[in-house]
Order: sequence, then C-alpha cells, then structure tokens
Amino acid sequence: MARVNHRTLLTKVDLIVNGERYVVDVEPRCTLADALREKCGKTGTNVGCEHGVCGTCTVLVDGEPVRSCLMFAVQLQGKSIRTVEGLAEDGRLHELQRAFTEHHALQCGYCTPGFLMLAVAYLEKHSKVDEEEIRDLVASNLCRCTGYQNIVQAICAAAERLR
Amino acid sequence: MKAAAFEYHAPRSLRAATDLLARYADEDARILAGGQSLVPAMALRVASPAHLIDINGVDELSRLTFGDDGHLEVRACVRHATFQRPVEPGPLGHLLSKVVRYIAHYPIRTRGTMCGSLANADPASEWCLVAATLDAELTAISSRGTRSIRAPDWFRGLMTTALRPDELLLQARFQALPSDSVFGFQEFSRRAGDFALAMALVTFRIQSGLIAEPRVGVGAVEPSPRRIARAEEILRGAKPSRELYEQAANVAAESVDPLTDARYDAAYRRDLTRTMTLRALNQAWPA
Repeated sequence: MARVNHRTLLTKVDLIVNGERYVVDVEPRCTLADALREKCGKTGTNVGCEHGVCGTCTVLVDGEPVRSCLMFAVQLQGKSIRTVEGLAEDGRLHELQRAFTEHHALQCGYCTPGFLMLAVAYLEKHSKVDEEEIRDLVASNLCRCTGYQNIVQAICAAAERLR
Repeated sequence: MKAAAFEYHAPRSLRAATDLLARYADEDARILAGGQSLVPAMALRVASPAHLIDINGVDELSRLTFGDDGHLEVRACVRHATFQRPVEPGPLGHLLSKVVRYIAHYPIRTRGTMCGSLANADPASEWCLVAATLDAELTAISSRGTRSIRAPDWFRGLMTTALRPDELLLQARFQALPSDSVFGFQEFSRRAGDFALAMALVTFRIQSGLIAEPRVGVGAVEPSPRRIARAEEILRGAKPSRELYEQAANVAAESVDPLTDARYDAAYRRDLTRTMTLRALNQAWPA
C-alpha cells in the first residue's frame, strides 16, 4: 500500500463565512486568507504581504480581528468568520463603508477591506472613541495611497453615527 | 510566500500534546499557539517544521490563575489582549496593561500569546523583558514531567531558551508586586508597533523617602533582556533625585553589550539605553 503523505493530505473543514457554511478541502498549510479566496470565492479579502505585516487580509474570527494570512484554515473548524462581503446588508452599505466613500478614505482600494474589518471590530467593542485611539488602531494596517488622514476621519465619522 | 507542507495535529488534552511532542521532537515539531511569530517565519520559509501541534484546543491552557500568595499564573494560550485591562488591581496588573500596548498591533494581540513570546525569545519582546525584570518562573512540561526554570536561566541568547525539543512552555508565573510598588516602562521604536530598538522597565518601592527593592531591566539591546545589577545597586537605599537617576541610567548604558547591525551601532543603542532608563525612572517616581 502506498504511504499516505499526511503533509499534503486534504482535510475537510467547515467554515462559517458571513453566516453561510462552506465545507472545503484544504492542505494543512493553506492559510485562512487563501481558503476564503480560493475555496469560498470570497475574493473581497485581499492578500498583501502574506506574513502579517500589512493588515490587508484582516477578517474577524469570532468577533476578533485577525490577520487571515497568519491562521491556517484547518484551525478554523466550525468558527465564525466575517469578511468585507458581510458588511453591506440588503444592498445598503455599512456606515463605515459609507464614511470611507464620503471622506475619500481610499484611492486604489486594495487595503480597504482590511481597514474596514479592523475598524468594524474596534467600533463594535468601543462605543466612544477619540482620534488618537483611532490613529493608534490604524497603525496596524498599511495604506500607501491616502496618507491615513482620510481613513482616520472616516472611522471617526462612522463612530459618531454608530453611537 | 506560502509555508512548506507540514502535518497538522490538534490535541485536545495536555497529555496528548506532550505525547505528540515526544513522538515528533526529532522531526522539528513545533507548537502552534498564537502563531504570530511562527507563521510569518513559515511563510518566509525561515521555519519549515514537519509537524505543527496546535494547542489552541487544549482548554486548560487558556487559564489565568491567581494563587493565595498573590502570584499570577499565565498558561500557554493566554492572549496578549487579555492584559489590556488590568488582570488584577495591584501594580502588577497595571504594569502588564501598560506594557501590552507596545506589543505589535491590536489584531496581533488578539491572537498572540504571552508564553509564545517567552518561548520565541525575540530580543525585542516586551514580555521577555517583563519576565526577566520580575524574575518570572517558567514551567516546562513534557511526557517526562515538569520542571521549573527561573527567567535568568531561561534566556540563552538570541531567540534561544532553555526549552528542550520535547518540551512545551506550560506557564509563566509572576509574583505580585507589593501594593506600594511604582514602575516605569519606556520603549523606543521607529514606528508604532514596530520592533523596539531599546526598552527599559524599572520597579521599586519608596520607604521613608528612600528607594527599596529596585529592579532595572533592559531589553532589545542585548541578545536577551536582563536586570542590570550595577544600576540597581546605585538606586538601592538612595533618595530619588535627578542626579541619582542620571547616574543609574549612565551605569545601565555602560553595562550593556549592544547588538549592532548596519543601521544601529553600539553607541546609538547605548545612548537609547541611557535615555529609556532615565525616562522609566522618572515615570516611576518623578524626581
């Protein structure tokens, strides 16, 4: 009998993405980011540096923001994941998405899903925020277009509306 | 980049985890807790373990406990974010909540673990400096049993610890600080959340106007963080003053043997050591 190579063996994992269940077959080394994009078709989560520096691939796992390039999909069995696709409801943009549009908080848009998920997680846990706190928060993610000013303004504006 | 292929194990008990470690120790088995240092290393192919033992499913490892004698025990899977609010009302809880804000960024703190940082032993790790300064006691467990290692014996140089290949860092234990303890923590890095170039942690008590039980720790300067005994001697029993703090900071700077690289030479890191120590002393007890 041929020896099974456990390292490349596909493992079945149940992922709950934005409330929908996906049963996917992944190698242990497949990151959550790659599983979302390639196995679930959720390409809204962008992949930047792939080693946890840029924050572009930020998603929520059980309500906490995480770098999806730093988790393996096999670790997410039965866990609830929220991605940028889950923000808008019934075709209506989330307050943060609206604020990003109004404040010109994006240019190329590549980093935007990561910033949105980071900010959503933070605003859901903190009802009252100040600008300094938001500046500290967004230091986590890289944006090379906006210079951050408009991102900070957008998040502060959304925080006001969500209060 | 993508990580090299590995075999994934998700034990549900501590016994199963240590059995797996014993079985695969010779094949570069690695423990996966928060994964915020290991997974980037794997993505960069600096690490390519054949076996990954994910301990996140071992419930008893998420515990944070307080002993009757006032000590705090932090098990292997306790996340950095746990310390954002003081875990206890005394100076220790306050100190940990102050320091944790310097560790990377919010989404890293939600996953990364204190014990993971201690096992990784990066010279710029804030928790490693805290463990060294407060003389934390670390417990390693393997299928052979447990053993306890004091912080000065734990750190063995650049990203090297006393942990053996078949051992798992079970917990870190800190003595509570006396309620009248004061502390200061200062760190210098190029960008918020970036690796520190130098940091200092000091704690002491003021008794009848004089400094008692001083601890001065310096991190991110040498391969491992450590207490600077000569600086502590200067402070012990002395009356806080600007001159005294400057003297202690100068001695700390002279005592270190700094890491150097293309951008930061020894003189610069020594200078940072002096400044961080001085600021930490002033933060603890303004003079």
